[in-house]
Amino acid sequence: MDQTTWNFIFIGISFGIYIGIAIWSRAGSTKEYYTAGGGVSPFANGMATAADWMSAATFISMAGGIAAAGYGASKFLMGWTGGFVLLTTLMVPYLRKFGKATVPDFVGDRYYSDAARLVAVICAIFICMTYIMGQMRGVGIVFSRLFGIEIWMGVLIGGGIVYFYAGLGGMKGITYTQVAQYCVMVFSYTIPVIFISLIITGDAVPQLGLIGNYIKDGAENAQPLIQKINQISTDLGFQEYTASSSNTLDMFCITAALMIGTAGLPHVIVRFFTVKNVRAVRKSAYWTLSFIAVIYLTAPALGIFARTNFVEEINQKKYQNAPNWFKNWESQGMIAWVDKNEDGIMQYRAGDVFSGKPIFVEKPDTTLTGPRKVSNEINFVSDNEVYYDKDIIVLANPEMAGLPPWLIALVMAGCVAAALSTAAGLLLVLSTSISHDLMKKIINPGISDKQEIKYARIASFGAIAIAAYFGINPPSSFVAKTVAFAFGLAASSFFPTLIMGIFSKRMNKEGAIAGMVCGIGFTLSYIIYFQFITESKEFWFGISPEGIGFFGMGINFLVAFIVSSLTPPPPREIQEMVEEIRIPKGAGKSIDH
Amino acid sequence: MKPPNYKQDNNQGSYWHSSLKILWGILLVWFFVSFGCGILFKDTLDEIKVGGAPLGFWMAQQGSILFFVSLLILYSYLMNKLDDKHGYGEEK
Repeated sequence: MDQTTWNFIFIGISFGIYIGIAIWSRAGSTKEYYTAGGGVSPFANGMATAADWMSAATFISMAGGIAAAGYGASKFLMGWTGGFVLLTTLMVPYLRKFGKATVPDFVGDRYYSDAARLVAVICAIFICMTYIMGQMRGVGIVFSRLFGIEIWMGVLIGGGIVYFYAGLGGMKGITYTQVAQYCVMVFSYTIPVIFISLIITGDAVPQLGLIGNYIKDGAENAQPLIQKINQISTDLGFQEYTASSSNTLDMFCITAALMIGTAGLPHVIVRFFTVKNVRAVRKSAYWTLSFIAVIYLTAPALGIFARTNFVEEINQKKYQNAPNWFKNWESQGMIAWVDKNEDGIMQYRAGDVFSGKPIFVEKPDTTLTGPRKVSNEINFVSDNEVYYDKDIIVLANPEMAGLPPWLIALVMAGCVAAALSTAAGLLLVLSTSISHDLMKKIINPGISDKQEIKYARIASFGAIAIAAYFGINPPSSFVAKTVAFAFGLAASSFFPTLIMGIFSKRMNKEGAIAGMVCGIGFTLSYIIYFQFITESKEFWFGISPEGIGFFGMGINFLVAFIVSSLTPPPPREIQEMVEEIRIPKGAGKSIDH
Repeated sequence: MKPPNYKQDNNQGSYWHSSLKILWGILLVWFFVSFGCGILFKDTLDEIKVGGAPLGFWMAQQGSILFFVSLLILYSYLMNKLDDKHGYGEEK
């Protein structure tokens, strides 16, 4: 059977499973719709949260990013896992005890103010919206590659599926679908890595391979893999793979902003409202991080294997003798070769081959024997002749390791699962923010349970339509910058506000609102100024927009404490409520599944 | 379920005090293994090797994540024990 048939089979089966689960777990009440009735087991919730957390970008691009940046990519690895330590110790047990359905619910009640609630709702919608656009785009790209359809069609198919099970099933449907999606993701990610690890290091455990020996040159020439990659990198004009970052302060701030942002993302926090009590929250948290760690510990190994393998198989080789996968991905437009010195041999070096992404003269053609010509402006300053899109580190990995077509199809199903699971989780927060926090709590408190779910379904339709529109017509280079936005905003708004709500009884609504407004205002202005208004890279103290959320958080804390010390303390019942959420016992009733 | 007791009694106070101690302990290790070993002291630690990898680099890409997972398991264990000691424990 050929690749396309296998792709259809795997994607078809996985979609069948997702839709089947959605129909089986259709939500009947708002409690089921928002928090799955609070009766999900900690283990299942751990898998679901892990799938929710790992987006298409993590799945497809992270290993490639590590391969390209080496040690420099550690900020993402630590940032996106370390945040769960903050989340677990500072947030979710207390918010679960509080026992409401959404994050703005807590902000509104704790700060006895609809203004605070409204600021929280706007933040939640903004964070989720920026995030979900990237997911829709990701689904579109994967589909277009898989079936040779246009990106817009891919986006619409993906959006339709997500709406079907997130809109219908609510949190309950999403949770059980995500469990299935995690399983698809973890197998499709790790199996190809195990094989490539065997080829390069002879070790079946990729994490041991990472610290093991490179054996491809024969056992007598074995040397530590890290030493090998450092040597290759410097030989080709790159810096050492393990070299320290040139700006430690920036590295520190970005890591901190990513961690704090992670702990303030509403779609991650609400996942922990689905388990039955505080004890279950703690258990679920370590399961979540364990499941995430399986993939995050594998990615650095994959990055280093793939980079070594790529250089060894491509550099200084005649184009005619290039491996099959090289030509496959060249015809897909993800690899390009420009013979700058016209010697018919591919030189891979540091630097850009040409400016931007390749623009090919000919259409993709499998019968082509020579390299595909590009019309980009060639950069003759660098000797580098080989361009590759970093996503091929994951996508082409099974072919590099010489694995069968069905496994390649599994990797594709994994990419789709990663994008869909994250999109669904975000869609739920978007729809509940509108139906619950905005409609029920602010605009029209009189609506019934049934009406509320109806509003939620309408809201999620609206949200997915907007997300799909921006997925098809991305605002120029906006998607790539959403990381800075979503994490900066979460770090400067939700994180400090929630922390103070739990750990300071004295914090009042004046302080919280002033803190949020200043924190967000500062962070957004900095990001917008450096991302959209100026081309300048003269950052304050060298801190890039991705890391500024760390300072936004500091400003939020500072302003909140100053303002609250000058204004009256919160009412007695609020102080008692804070006492109450600090005690784990009695965290609401739950519905068993 | 008993109606919650809003009075700040001694049991509640000492529970909160102990849980903050656990919290600080966990966060101290969290900071040390990630920001400390992975970023601030990376160059010094790189002199030591784990297998073929420099320790600072390994901590940033592998070790810190392993520590994070262990920290959460430890947190869960310590807090559950504390709950039981103060009579706030729940069914497992």
